[in-house]
Amino acid sequence: MIPAVALVAGVVLGLVLHPTVPAGLQPYLPIAVVAALDAVFGAVRAQLDRIFDDRVFVVSFVSNVLVAGLVVFLGDQLGVGGQLSTGVVVVLGIRIFTNAAAIRRHLFHA
Amino acid sequence: MTQDSGSLLARLGRAPWRRLLRPRTRRVDLLVAALLALLGFGLAVQVRSTQDDALLTSARPQDLVQILDELNNRGERLRAEVADLSDTQQRLTSGSGTAASALADARRRTQVLGVLAGTLPARGPGIRVTITDPGGEVSASLLLDAMEELRNAGAEAMQVEGTGDAGTTAVRAVASTSFVDDPDGVLVDGIRLSSPYRFVVIGDPATLAGALVIPGGVEDTVRNQGGTADVVRSEDVQVRALHRLVAPRYARPQ
Repeated sequence: MIPAVALVAGVVLGLVLHPTVPAGLQPYLPIAVVAALDAVFGAVRAQLDRIFDDRVFVVSFVSNVLVAGLVVFLGDQLGVGGQLSTGVVVVLGIRIFTNAAAIRRHLFHA
Repeated sequence: MTQDSGSLLARLGRAPWRRLLRPRTRRVDLLVAALLALLGFGLAVQVRSTQDDALLTSARPQDLVQILDELNNRGERLRAEVADLSDTQQRLTSGSGTAASALADARRRTQVLGVLAGTLPARGPGIRVTITDPGGEVSASLLLDAMEELRNAGAEAMQVEGTGDAGTTAVRAVASTSFVDDPDGVLVDGIRLSSPYRFVVIGDPATLAGALVIPGGVEDTVRNQGGTADVVRSEDVQVRALHRLVAPRYARPQ
């Protein structure tokens, strides 16, 4: 309950404050969001699998975001930032789809 | 205890969602909540900023360069236009006053010079001098003297009338007007006039009349030669005859 409320509160806060993304963060924010989404979907699946652990979630969330940002940063330094962020998004997207499928099986048994 | 934990596990197993929904206050839960709030925040911000400049973020670098180029060109064109227009505006605002006054001044001068040069009709106070010459004794030099006297008295516009070939004819007296003796009268500017002659003069009536009646003046001379000079003052005389301007052959404006 609290996480859901916190998520909604964050969305509302972002919509209300409408902050400008710093130019240095602009390439990383979407990747970080996708990575965090992957962590959240994984957490929901773990919850349904009854193997959810707070600490694991926190660590996976933070590390997901950091690794995704680091990969994009490295790609930028190497001149392949665009391609690498595409790759990260594809990988994370596949994971999100997998987790979503698992959640769906849990909820609808289908 | 084991039963308790067993029943707890069973309860959790039956309703795993309840654990999510049940409020808890462990520190790690707050951390989870903070992370999710952060995720929501980032999500919203990213969506908003993507909506704000969706066109530009999805454009390829080449397109961006082209767009930037076009914008620069347009900016340059607009800047040039602004400079042009402000220049024109400045010229118009600073020049309109002086141009209008210069135009009015030029018009005024044209009229003054037109009266002086004999190209414009004029009216005003003045005198009419009628010189009859039954004996044919009045010469061109007498008429010239009369004209010079009137000029000295401040005549501003003058015409010489006389009986010409086709009735009464008027000749505008200007700087170059000439009087030449002719068997049948006087040639004024090449036009034959005969008695009675009449000067129509615009100027101060008293001064003009006085200039003609001084002893030994025009009136005396005419009377000596058997004619009469009749001076009539008027508050409104009209000088209608016009002098036809001939472009000078040698003189050029400097």
